[in-house]
Amino acid sequence: MEFPESNERRKKLGQAIMFGLSRGISYGIVALLFLILFFIVKQGIGVINWEFLTAMPTDGMTKGGIWPAIVGTVYLVLGSMLFAFPVGVMAGIYVNEYAVAGPVKRFVKMMTNNLAGVPSIIFGLFGMALFVNQMGFGASILAGSLTLGLLALPIVIRTTEEALKSVDDTFRQASYALGGSKLYTIRKVVLPIALPNILTGLILAVGRVSGETAPILFTVAAYFLPKLPSSIMDQAMALPYHLYVISTSGTQIEASRPMAYGTAFVLVVIVLIVNIAAALLRNYFGKKVKMN
Amino acid sequence: MRIRRFTEPIFESLIKICGYSSGFVVLLIIVFLFKEGISFFGSSPVEEGFTMYVHASNPVKDLSAAQIKDVFDQKITNWKALGGADQPIDFEFLPKCIDSYMDSLPGSLAFFPSAQTDGKLKSAIPIKIDKITVGKFLSDTEWFPTSRPAARMGVMPLLLGTLLVSFFAIIIALPLGLAASIYLAEIADERIRKILKPVIELLAGIPSVVYGFFGLVVIVPLVQSTFNLPVGETALAGSIVLAIMALPTIITVSEDALRTTPRAMKEASLALGASQWQTIRLVTVPYAASGITAAAILGIGRAIGETMAALMVTGNSAIMPPTLLQPVRTIPATIAAELGEAPFGGLHFQALFALGCLLFIITLIINLLVERVSAKRN
Amino acid sequence: MANKLETIDVHLHYGEFHALKGISLAIPDHSVTALIGPSGCGKSTYLRLFNRMNDLIPYTKITGQVLMDGEDIYKIKSSKIDHLRRTVGMVFQKPNPFPKSIFENVAYGLRVNGISDNSFIENQVEKTLRQAALWEEVKDKLKKSAFELSGGQQQRLCIARALAIEPTVILMDEPASALDPISTGKIEDLIFELKDQYTIIIVTHNMQQAGRVSDYTGFFYLGNLIEFDKTKKIFTNPSKQETENYITGRFG
Ligand SMILES: Nc1ncnc2c1ncn2[C@@H]1O[C@H](COP(=O)(O)OP(=O)(O)O)[C@@H](O)[C@H]1O
Ligand SMILES: [Mg+2]
Repeated sequence: MEFPESNERRKKLGQAIMFGLSRGISYGIVALLFLILFFIVKQGIGVINWEFLTAMPTDGMTKGGIWPAIVGTVYLVLGSMLFAFPVGVMAGIYVNEYAVAGPVKRFVKMMTNNLAGVPSIIFGLFGMALFVNQMGFGASILAGSLTLGLLALPIVIRTTEEALKSVDDTFRQASYALGGSKLYTIRKVVLPIALPNILTGLILAVGRVSGETAPILFTVAAYFLPKLPSSIMDQAMALPYHLYVISTSGTQIEASRPMAYGTAFVLVVIVLIVNIAAALLRNYFGKKVKMN
Repeated sequence: MRIRRFTEPIFESLIKICGYSSGFVVLLIIVFLFKEGISFFGSSPVEEGFTMYVHASNPVKDLSAAQIKDVFDQKITNWKALGGADQPIDFEFLPKCIDSYMDSLPGSLAFFPSAQTDGKLKSAIPIKIDKITVGKFLSDTEWFPTSRPAARMGVMPLLLGTLLVSFFAIIIALPLGLAASIYLAEIADERIRKILKPVIELLAGIPSVVYGFFGLVVIVPLVQSTFNLPVGETALAGSIVLAIMALPTIITVSEDALRTTPRAMKEASLALGASQWQTIRLVTVPYAASGITAAAILGIGRAIGETMAALMVTGNSAIMPPTLLQPVRTIPATIAAELGEAPFGGLHFQALFALGCLLFIITLIINLLVERVSAKRN
Repeated sequence: MANKLETIDVHLHYGEFHALKGISLAIPDHSVTALIGPSGCGKSTYLRLFNRMNDLIPYTKITGQVLMDGEDIYKIKSSKIDHLRRTVGMVFQKPNPFPKSIFENVAYGLRVNGISDNSFIENQVEKTLRQAALWEEVKDKLKKSAFELSGGQQQRLCIARALAIEPTVILMDEPASALDPISTGKIEDLIFELKDQYTIIIVTHNMQQAGRVSDYTGFFYLGNLIEFDKTKKIFTNPSKQETENYITGRFG
């Protein structure tokens, strides 16, 4: 059979072009990420100083600092994790250790997937309807934390489930063989091994929650507060919402631009820290578990 | 030991309850969203506490919100256009006394507090205003939720705006994401992949408000100057930002799909003298097609639900029909922008919840589609 | 008979792992050679030398000579590798048709190698499907997906797919191990038919199969070629004790 010789050249050329293109695009995407980070870091780093991080905003939020927004975000992260972490971990334990394969387990997993796919603005609407109005919490740290906690729930559930799944069954069997009950086995054997990966999930959830804006718009976020919140029933400022308001509304958008860059910088740093921490945790403990 | 016998069942039931938590939350979301959202339908577009009146002799007995707004905007000035007699419309927003005002003007139409009439009217009678229905909500082409005397709450421009921005975002993101996932799954060696992958995943971790801000200060001016536009806050700017945001989802999901192609199948292609690229194009990608489809659908879903970035860069104008180089308004951005100002429990408030219901249904459909498409391969 | 394929002192390392330890072997033209040995002894690795499939695994190192028609196929220009793979067909352990129609599976090798004459392709597809004894079963559903065929039919489709570009050598890696006895019988008949035109190497762990279809047999053990000879000789009077142990199932 005669195969056309020209085809070999065409094949080679096509491959070279397409490989080059996909490599170029991949590197382009990475470059884009660095561009975004670099841009925000470059514009924002000059604004960062002790005063910016620890002072109240002044002059219609064109000067001063972002201290109340940092405090508010910390409260919201703590509050939401206080709720989402225990519930999510227990739900993950249920799915991986207790639920038997079948329609119930499938349903539970499907619901977790669905919840993870719900847009964050829907959480905002829901939080307003349930926590702010129905339960009467008003716009408050409590309402905002619960709303953010619900949003973080599927993240915690899924990572817990994955973490437990990766624990070898022999550990469980060894414990059962020694007469350990199911719960005892989970508590003393399975959870300690899975803990680093569960913590990775916690860290990722913290990252997600600290950057979310839409769910807190109507449940807690305040445009400006002259003093720090003193109870969980108070409203609070928060970093992402602060960035949103000073970059889009108000009469002094241009004057508050440096504040906006500084706030964006702080948010980006949080994201970087969270991702690096999660990666380190995974690598460090990932190796340790393998060694045993 | 004895204590444990007590506490263990308690803990285990707690675990079980938590296990159902996400299902419970989804249920609660549905209940609360739809409770407010559904009460929107069947209500009158006229502000609560007010009624529209016409002269008793007027043959026109009912009007739609659209007609009222046109009268108010003086686009309609004669009753003939509303199916009545050929006489000019005298519209009075809040006359001092409804009856005496109407008395002398057979062509009059007025907006008046219902309570102040006390039911003893001679020449003025209330006119029926068409109630808001699901059909009208979906098909009406104008969104003026605060317009008086009758609000117009047509979801069409918002829905089209959302779809325009999202689909165009995917048109940008899909080829780029697919190329990157092919590179990561099939071309790059392990060392490079180990570096690129976490970097791309980092893209997913950046908060949407930061993307919105970046879009606002970089993409928007760029779009404005490139296309020489009066404003840069356009659907296109939104699509570009949402495309960047959808990339990590698309790349991760389609890379996973490409990796499921059996090694033997790729080897069979190479063993027949196909080049590596031919193998990717003719075997690997077709084999992973359903996973790649799932990636695209998921990406669209993310884009449709994205709030802050859309709010900050799309310009938020409910123009009909929406086009790429004009401002648009998406459903989530509308909710975010207006809920804070809508009086609690009022018509506008309910309308925003109805928007929320619509958005929820869309994302539910998308989730089901994704599950359908990914189930197909097994 | 001339030697179609020959390896001279071939060593192969997967990273640190020494998988082939100096294999020298000559395979005559138009013959069927069976490679037998316990699992993990390097049979597949050896087989995959001849179409340079091991090249795809990044950490492999190969030394020694692999000759085809007297030319070292590891010295050819990299642009000729596709050409080499065109002349060496391969059939895998599990049937692995492409996610395409039956017709397109067989036509695949022709198309990727630049043949676009549709009537020629149609003829060639029919010819090879007949050769693979599959034509009668599929001629009415050529447009259907290949996944709709049974496992045995799929494997014959894969053989047809390999034959369509008219190779001179066919490598088969346990081609019947995933199939039922009837399908296995059909594949064995097919091998018998094909050996007039092709040089066939078949890896198998089924001793009877090796005895039934092959002219020569090589016994591999732990990366070494222990013995290579006429099949009849290996099965009746092997010269090495290990071979005898393996053949008689007294393998420890
Ligand atoms: N890609 C690979 N990477 C590392 N080791 C491999 C690889 N493929 C095969 N091996 C090892 O090489 C040895 C020979 O494998 P193989 O040739 O597949 O054996 P056989 O086909 O005789 O069962 C085995 O020990 C196997 O574990
Ligand atoms: Mg093998």
